[in-house]
Amino acid sequence: MGLRYLQPAPGFKEYLPKDYVDLIDFGPFGKTDQLDATKLGQFKEIVEEHPMCAGCFMAYFVRVFYASLPNPEDTIVLGTAGCARLALSQAAVPFIYGNYGDTNAVASGLTRALKLRFPDKTKDVVAIAGDGGLMDIGFSMTMHSWFRKEKFTTIMVDNEVYGNTGGQESGMSPKGVQLKMAPKGKKFDKIPATELAKQAGCVYVAKLAPTNVKRMAKVIRRAILAAREFGPTFIHAYTSCNIEYSIPTEEVLKDAREREKKDFGFEEYMTDEVRQYLEEIEKKEKANK
Amino acid sequence: MPEQKVVDIDYLLLEAPRERKFITGAQAMAEAVKRANVDMAIAYPITPQSEVMHLVGDLYAQGYLKDYYRAEEEYGTMSAIAGASRAGVRVFTATSGPGLLRGIEAIASWPGHRIPAVLGVLTRVVNAPLSIQPDNIELAYLLHSGIILLHAENQQDVFDMTLAAFAISEMVDVYIPVAVATEGFFVTHAKGYVEMTPEDMKLPPRDPYKAPVPVTDCEVPPARIQRDAPVQKSNFMSYLIHAVWQQEVWASNMRAMKYIYKYLGGPIEVVNPDADVFVVASGCAAAQGREAVRYAQQEGLNVGLVKIKSIRPFPVNEVREALKNAKAAIIPEHNIEGWLSKEVKAAIPNSGIVTDGPRVYGGMTLPVELIMEEIYKALGIKQEKKVVI
Ligand SMILES: Cc1ncc(C[n+]2csc(CCOP(=O)(O)OP(=O)(O)O)c2C)c(N)n1
Ligand code: SF4
Ligand SMILES: [Mg+2]
Repeated sequence: MGLRYLQPAPGFKEYLPKDYVDLIDFGPFGKTDQLDATKLGQFKEIVEEHPMCAGCFMAYFVRVFYASLPNPEDTIVLGTAGCARLALSQAAVPFIYGNYGDTNAVASGLTRALKLRFPDKTKDVVAIAGDGGLMDIGFSMTMHSWFRKEKFTTIMVDNEVYGNTGGQESGMSPKGVQLKMAPKGKKFDKIPATELAKQAGCVYVAKLAPTNVKRMAKVIRRAILAAREFGPTFIHAYTSCNIEYSIPTEEVLKDAREREKKDFGFEEYMTDEVRQYLEEIEKKEKANK
Repeated sequence: MPEQKVVDIDYLLLEAPRERKFITGAQAMAEAVKRANVDMAIAYPITPQSEVMHLVGDLYAQGYLKDYYRAEEEYGTMSAIAGASRAGVRVFTATSGPGLLRGIEAIASWPGHRIPAVLGVLTRVVNAPLSIQPDNIELAYLLHSGIILLHAENQQDVFDMTLAAFAISEMVDVYIPVAVATEGFFVTHAKGYVEMTPEDMKLPPRDPYKAPVPVTDCEVPPARIQRDAPVQKSNFMSYLIHAVWQQEVWASNMRAMKYIYKYLGGPIEVVNPDADVFVVASGCAAAQGREAVRYAQQEGLNVGLVKIKSIRPFPVNEVREALKNAKAAIIPEHNIEGWLSKEVKAAIPNSGIVTDGPRVYGGMTLPVELIMEEIYKALGIKQEKKVVI
């Protein structure tokens, strides 16, 4: 049980760092029914300090992501080379970093192994990686984990560039944009990631710009719940890189809203059985509240 | 599938009765997997490995393994092996030449991730022009990865080393992966006698909590308090952490040596220890070296064999001791670069005694006559060149 490993042993608590004790007393572990992403700033968060750029929207997304986990005490997060990793690796949830682009293969092995060892327990596995990680270098592993119907969630934090290596073109960069290694502008369109996900067998697929915390939280939760029971789930989130796209910090939200109107309008797809399953859960939760 | 009972590691490896079977190297590897209580295997086809993973697939179908799948390619295979091992199950995969190189970024990170796992390496040419034959140059790429590397001479070695590999890999003071290599086709597709432990006995299951680095399963605290991530905060800390961690990986590699003594009778085998001239070889080349020693004996020449079973950890002291009075050391190899020759020369103070080769590559066979020629040269025996028309 996840909660047990987090709880300090009796008599030990007073010797632990305050940061850790606060996390247990005032964090979301075991309390996600009361503390969620809409209450950010009112509780101790799973990720706080991180070295991502000031004003980075991807960093904000990561923060919301951790605050939206349905079961943080039984969640394992996989990341890879790329900016998000800088914050993911600083979270109080087990994090695995392998090699660039390998998230969906590592998660396949991990998820299956956890199922073998704990057939009756819920262990959530989430791979969260950049556009380059999932759609370029890791493309075949991403696609094949979906074809194989591996039961975990994939989240693409799409900043439309290789942010971590200094601003090179990725397959998710928009056509025509001039970036490093695309000195004359990108020659082809953004890879249609959500369409591929649907075709490949993801049971829940969502596309969003992070303009609405409540909706982000709901989507993240839904994707994780659906992956437990039915198969692969995928979220494609626009998370701008204010550095490489020269978006002034105070304008990142404005940019996200503009993109939402243009090509990142909210989309949500799910199979009928997922819809039914989520409706039942959400109805029960409402009744409990 | 017979009901298998769990027996003690030492009993299975050292004492259990053995039955003699005439089987291929691929079968020998699969027979070891059958007795190793493996939870999960991941496969990707490549000749000459495929035979091994077909047989392991059959084991899964019969219920010996709990999970098995054909992965997207080798990088995905090796990455998924890492994920499964980190979640605490016992894993196996195998590959050959180009497949090994395709997976090597992931494989080279297994030791650093402290992943117990067993990897079969059934050698095959890499680089161009294409050949699927058993050249073992690929093992050179594994030497610097931190992985434990055993090199099997024949079908019996394949069985013994593979079964022992599971035990060694999971020892708390080792806890890094073990690769068991042998030459493709020459061993994998040829039959030899193998003394095997009973089919109805298997190793104890992996105990994921007997570990120097915790598994990632949300049952025990993770390896480090994640919120203190110094690697991200300063370059100095990242150098330091990498450095001490890798020191520990290589120290773990060295600590495997005592288990190689215990379960495999030591990292080297010496035939005729008082010889003047030694053939020093590993894998299939050791079998040819053994033949050369037999020929030499028939001719009344004082020639010995040093077979190197463990390439990593490399038996520096043992090889030094074995060769300390030797006048010559002839090192036949199945690759162009001579990685074993370099290892031996680096290990011994009297490296002038080493003859580089004979070497065959591209997957050719290694005729005993080639080794004999070097033996004659070393002993100053003039040979008449016979020209057969
Ligand atoms: C095998 C390998 N190739 C290349 C790299 C270099 N690399 C590190 S991060 C990165 C780009 C990351 O881009 P993306 O996945 O979009 O994430 P972002 O930084 O934009 O969030 C690259 C190319 C690497 N670490 N490993
Ligand atoms: S480079 Fe871009 S994506 Fe990366 S942390 Fe900075 S703003 Fe965020
Ligand atoms: Mg990116």
